[in-house]
Amino acid sequence: MNAPPLERRFGPYGGRYVPETLIPALDELEGAWLEARADPAFVAELDQLMRDYVGRPTPLYHAHRLSEVAGGAVWLKREDLTHTGSHKINNAIGQALLAQRMGKPRVIAETGAGQHGVAAATACALLGLECVVYMGTEDMRRQEPNVQRMRLLGAEVRGVDAGARTLKEAVSAAIRDWVANVRSTHYVIGSCVGPAPYPALVRDLQRRIGDEAREQLLEQAGRLPDRAIACVGGGSNAIGTFMPFVGDEEVELIGVEAAGEGLATRRHSAPLTTGTRGVLHGALTGVLQDEVGQILEAHSISAGLDYPGVGPEHAWLRDSGRVRYAAVEDGAALDAFHRMARLEGILPALEASHAIAWLLANPAEGLSVVTLSGRGDKDLAEVLALG
Amino acid sequence: MSISTAFSDNGKRAALMPYLMGGFPNIEESVAAGLAAVDAGADLLELGIPFSDPLADGPVIHAAATDALAAGATPHGVLGVCERLAASVPVVLMVYANIVLTAGAAAFALRAAAAGASGLIVPDLPHDEADEVRAACDSERLALVPLVAPTTTPERIAAIGADARGFVYTVSLTGTTGERDELPERLADTVGRVRASTDVPVAVGFGISSAEQARTVAEVADGVIVGSRVVRAAGEGGAAAVGSVVAELASALNA
Repeated sequence: MNAPPLERRFGPYGGRYVPETLIPALDELEGAWLEARADPAFVAELDQLMRDYVGRPTPLYHAHRLSEVAGGAVWLKREDLTHTGSHKINNAIGQALLAQRMGKPRVIAETGAGQHGVAAATACALLGLECVVYMGTEDMRRQEPNVQRMRLLGAEVRGVDAGARTLKEAVSAAIRDWVANVRSTHYVIGSCVGPAPYPALVRDLQRRIGDEAREQLLEQAGRLPDRAIACVGGGSNAIGTFMPFVGDEEVELIGVEAAGEGLATRRHSAPLTTGTRGVLHGALTGVLQDEVGQILEAHSISAGLDYPGVGPEHAWLRDSGRVRYAAVEDGAALDAFHRMARLEGILPALEASHAIAWLLANPAEGLSVVTLSGRGDKDLAEVLALG
Repeated sequence: MSISTAFSDNGKRAALMPYLMGGFPNIEESVAAGLAAVDAGADLLELGIPFSDPLADGPVIHAAATDALAAGATPHGVLGVCERLAASVPVVLMVYANIVLTAGAAAFALRAAAAGASGLIVPDLPHDEADEVRAACDSERLALVPLVAPTTTPERIAAIGADARGFVYTVSLTGTTGERDELPERLADTVGRVRASTDVPVAVGFGISSAEQARTVAEVADGVIVGSRVVRAAGEGGAAAVGSVVAELASALNA
């Protein structure tokens, strides 16, 4: 893997704002990943699982009918076609292999909508690791089928009753578990958030999305895109999509956050577009918080974007001007979900529907590549309930 | 008041250092609980500033923070509590990094010093991240008290001990705050390694709740920190219950 170095900071962002107990484990993880990614045997094993088990490379699909309404050619990077149905599996399998390599028999994970939880449970079943998934009890209620899937895969799902009982509290509960069980346990965090080295580790594992898309575009379209677009919650599918294009100055990179019920309300999940700088879950990054630094609850129709923080590298890509971040409201995302269903025969995850919605609202003649981070089957109940 | 007097003039086997959550269950009652702890023999108070996402805390202190925030507690309000307690006892603020960094390290240190605080403990600001806050504290003659955990390597213990101010907070166990039935077996080893690395006193916290445990810890440490047990008392029986828990701990530590 021709990956960039393992940064602890991205400009002023990132760092390791965690209890001292975890610092040696973060050092160990950093060392293990630097070694593993340079080890041809590890890379070969991961590549083989990505090909034979996950189904990579995922297709890059020229969406003709969507292109007609978007004003220019649209190519979709089909992460929805992976095993378990979202890009989360790329990271989960990579980190589970790393846990095995580090000799940690127990894996913990957090999940919001359940996609990362299912991916982690799947990876642990595959590799014979014990798996505990923390999930807010409100999310467990909303995403009952994914709770059942995780249990069928042999994972223990632990409900978290604190706060709004959603993703933020699930991450906190997982970190507390890790503090208590750090010697035997690896924490498979689900996005490019958290203390170093997680943002860089997750980016490395997700950049195959962009590496594949870049190569496929050159082969299938004969050129680089004018725009690459991806949704941003924690931001792992976006960082994976963007990273190989960062050096291509002519490619505009657009990250789409969830504007929820509107940026003027407090009911959104757009820390890069509106938020201040703060420390959440071990990293200094863009955070929704009040004037004294208490973290605010996020809101989005999409459980996967419903998080008050974001990966620290995104905060730096925003400040440096390399990536432009925008936000799309719940209603526009829902509308994009329906249009994708009728135009392309694809039910996109509500997360990815935000990226499609931005595309539809910003028609342009050039070539756009959009990462379809996951499939929308998990969102049927939510979508049908909203009409 | 100076932290060192808590260790030198306590007349006990070790300094008794109860933790209370500022603003829990409300501002007035947390002042009353603090005064009751002082009357019952506390040598130093740790005063928590409630934070929305306290990663180092177990269920009791986490819930107390949530309740305090729901009751309207703010960092400013808790500094007011500090001001009222600091006349009678050294007060060290336990505060999460985001509260300090959002105010700005220098501004926060200035306000804490103005409220009479003797030091800060920032549980999610490990040694590598602490330079700016330590410098800000030094300027205001506040001690930035570092933490050492059972997992901390010898190299880190040496670096942490060399930069320690006030005392070293030795975390007894790998885990979050909360009462435990038994003390970890290797506690004396951990404390010994910390002591060898530093000139300041060594206090032990996390998992200590009973008089017997406090007495055992006092055999190896200069200070005994009791958090969740005291916070639970504040929630269940207010200042009177805090006074009686602290009195029991104090009598166990009396020589």
